[in-house]
This record gives sequence, C-alpha cells and structure tokens, in this order.
Amino acid sequence: MEKNNYVSGKIIKNEQIDNDIFLIELEGSFKGEPGQFYMVRGWDEYPLLPRPLSIFDLENNKISFLYQVVGKGTGILSNLKKGAKVEILGPLGNGFPIVNNQKVALVSGGIGLAPMKYLARKLDCKVDLFAGFRTSSYLMDEMSNFVDNIVITTNDGNEGKKGFVTDYIEDKYDVIYACGPNPMMNSLKKLNLKAKSYYSLEAHMACGIGACLGCAINTTKGIQRVCHEGPVFDGSEVIFDVES
Amino acid sequence: MLKVNICGVEFNNPVIAASGTFGFGREFEPYVDLNKIGGISTKGLTYYKKDGNEGRRIHETASGIMNSIGLQNPSVSEFIKNDLDFMKQFDAKIIANIGGSQVEDYLKSIELIEETDIEIIELNISCPNVKEGGMAFGIKCDIAFDIVKKVREKTNKVLMVKLSPNAENIKEMAISCVEAGADSLSLVNTFNALAIDIYKRKPIFKNVTAGLSGPAIKPIALRMVKEVHDVVDVPIVGMGGIMDWQDAIEFIMAGSTAVQVGTANFIQPNIMEDIIDGIERFMIKENIKDLSEITGII
Repeated sequence: MEKNNYVSGKIIKNEQIDNDIFLIELEGSFKGEPGQFYMVRGWDEYPLLPRPLSIFDLENNKISFLYQVVGKGTGILSNLKKGAKVEILGPLGNGFPIVNNQKVALVSGGIGLAPMKYLARKLDCKVDLFAGFRTSSYLMDEMSNFVDNIVITTNDGNEGKKGFVTDYIEDKYDVIYACGPNPMMNSLKKLNLKAKSYYSLEAHMACGIGACLGCAINTTKGIQRVCHEGPVFDGSEVIFDVES
Repeated sequence: MLKVNICGVEFNNPVIAASGTFGFGREFEPYVDLNKIGGISTKGLTYYKKDGNEGRRIHETASGIMNSIGLQNPSVSEFIKNDLDFMKQFDAKIIANIGGSQVEDYLKSIELIEETDIEIIELNISCPNVKEGGMAFGIKCDIAFDIVKKVREKTNKVLMVKLSPNAENIKEMAISCVEAGADSLSLVNTFNALAIDIYKRKPIFKNVTAGLSGPAIKPIALRMVKEVHDVVDVPIVGMGGIMDWQDAIEFIMAGSTAVQVGTANFIQPNIMEDIIDGIERFMIKENIKDLSEITGII
C-alpha cells in the first residue's frame, strides 16, 4: 500500500493580508474537510518542525492557508515567492461536524479566522460571523460571500464594536463554531449559551499525527491530543488551561 | 546484509524507533512500512496509567526540541491488552520500554512483561520529566546498580538499560549497569535543559526544566557512546539527534550495534526507511558485508 508522506505544493500566491497576517495558496489536488489541518514546511532543515496550519479554503486544484507570522518558521514562510515549493502533510485531525438547517454562529478571534472560510462555504445554513480583531479587520469582504451577517469587534474600538466578540454574541444560535485564543474560547464557554459548540484548538505540536503527545489538552473525557482527537472538540468537553 | 544481533535477538536492520517518539507504531502505520524498520521501542510504560505533565509540552530550540511529556501512557497492562497484538503483526522487533517512579513499580511492570513474548526490555532510568524516580535512578551509579540488579532478578528477557546523559559519569554508570546484570545499554536519553519565556519572565515549562533532543545533542551523544563502548563489552544501541543515514553510520562507528531514531520521526514520518536505505547503499559502496566490521571502528 502506498504510504502517505509530505508532498510538494507550488505557491500560486503568498500575500500579506494585514500586519503579520498572510494568505498562501498552493497549486495541486488536495483533500480535507473544514477544520482539518496540514503540517507545512517551507524550508529544508531548520526550523526542525513543520508548522500546523488549518485549511482556509480548498478547491479542485488549490489549497490555501491563512497564517500569522509568530516565529522563525512562519517568518520564512511569509518570505516565499510565487513559484516556490512548500512541503505539506495532511489532511490531519478531525474537522468541524457539518450541520444543516440550523442557526449557526462562527466565532473567531484574530487568526482564529483561519478555518472559517471553508467551513462557511460548506454550511448550508443561516450563518452569522462574529470576528474579533486587535485593531482592524481583514478578509471580511471575502467572508461576506459565504455568511449572512458579520459582527466585527476590535479590542480598541478602532473598527466595528469595541471589545471582544464574546461581549456581543447573542443566545439565539443552535450551533457555534469557534476558533481563537484560549482566553476567548474560555470566555465563550463561560457564557453558557444554549447552542451546541465546537471549538477548534491550537497547540504546540511536534509530529501532528498523534505520536509525540506534545499537544495534549484536558477534557472531560481525559487527556486528548489536539492533533488527533482534535483540533475540533465538542465545546462542552474542553477544559481550558488559560495560562498556556 | 543489514541484520544485527542484540544478545540473541535478530533485527532485520539496525534502525529502531526511539521510545516516546513513535507511540506503539499505530499513528505511524499510514506513513511507514512497519515491516521494514528494525524495531520499535514502545512509548515509556509505567505500572500505573500516567496522564503526563500539565502546561507546555513541546518547545523548539536551535537544532533541537525540548519536551516535557511526562511519560503519558495507558499502563503496562493496558498496553498488553490493547496494543501488543497490533505491534506483533509486523516484522519490527518490539522493545518494551519500562519507566517508573519507584522501584516497586518497575518490578511490577517487569512481572507483567515477563508473561508476554516480548524479547527485550529497555529499562528507562533516565526520563528527565518525571518528578520522582525517572532520571534520579540514572544519575547516581549506586542507585542505578540497585534497580538494575532487582530487575535482573525478575526477568530472563534481554535487559537493555537506557542511560541518561545527565549521569554524573557516563562510563561509571555504564559499568555499574553491566555489573548489575544489564545485557545491553541504550544511550542517550534527552538532556536536562531550560528555556525561558522572556515576556512572562518564567520558564516555558511548568517543571522548569525539560528534555532536549535533536541534532543539537548529537556530537555529545556520540562522544558518550564512544566512551561507553570503550569500557563495557555489551551491545550498545546509540541515539541522540540521528537525522539521516550518515548520522546513523557515525553512531555505529562510535560503537553502536544498532541505533534509535527519535526526533527525526516528527519531522519526516518515514525517515527511518530513508536511513535504512542509506545505510545499505553505504555498505555496498564501501564493500561492507556486515555492520560488525565497522561497529566501534574509531
């Protein structure tokens, strides 16, 4: 049997969307469901580890990832030009369960917007997006093609509503899909909304395939791996360690 | 041509997955031909199930990875019940890696392994991420001697003892373990290391220190393998930052009968297949019929 491995994808586009936010598009036929991720490396030996990036969008002959430059790896990635190649492994993990005919809210904090486009595109529901940013929004025009309403919040009130998305979300949804920093997800959980919730979590990981146990989190079901049982978890099961 | 023998156990080749980097093989099965690799050292097993450590568990450094997993594992008995049959389907030799916090726990684990047909036990007295026990057993020779001797009395299987690079004196440690009854030694485990979050002004890891692996440790690990090879006469399984076949050959020339690959599995899941192929090509090119011709040659 043919074994999976890293495969090359040629960069079609790698553009800066905002200060430290980039969108990379690769040519090729790739698989994946909303919420799943790929391990991505755009360098030879160092940094040692690839970086886990969730699927921003996926079409017949194209896959894209929205990412934030936070360290050396993503810094190198952001400097790659059209035509260069990156190595990717995936799709990995379990994505968002897709629902039909429900009132849905997508809740994102910052780069937590990353899995939301593909998800919104796959949902055949009435969908509202609550998108929180530090000081200004990005990609909202693109998102508006796939959602009904958008509520933008910024920490400083520079754009949209001032504060956090969790200050503005109403208790009128059947399902909430969320992705963002742990404190945001923890606040969302504490709102005790009646909606069924699914959280896509981020964690430092080494292998991305469930072996290293580096991305373990606490849940009501015990220790789970973000890369393998996640990155999407039933919101009622996640126990947040907001320090890390 | 690639076969190696460790105390009567024949491996198809000298490349073994290092404990803690390969689970029980299950996660890697879609990526690696488990019939091709020489062996798998299981995720470190303890008598009681362990949830592992809280907080950050992985941190990348220059040429290395720090981890503080804390021996998360389902327990020896659950491993035997749920995972051993899966591992036995493949040609890779199974090595049971046994860790613990107390001597009694090690001995109880050994009793359970003794009832299986696993041929090799790798005694982990060197985990830096377990608060009690773990590495503490692997730093001082007299403590290591004591635990190895007690385990030796409990098992007829091949007993490989995994040494810590944090041992006070690696040569004396190796001699103590062999005198206590170790049939083989594997080295080195991760180096006790520190990383600091400068914005939080705190260590990255809740346990403050964590274990460093990867290419950063290779030259030191290699030196330790040579030093141990110079003073004991048992098969050595060398490891520490092996990223390609050239690294593996270096470890063999420093005195390793076989090698373990750890961190590299995270970076390229089928790296061990490449390493095996590379070793074979090297042997053909250099007209080496058996790896024993170059083991410890330097």
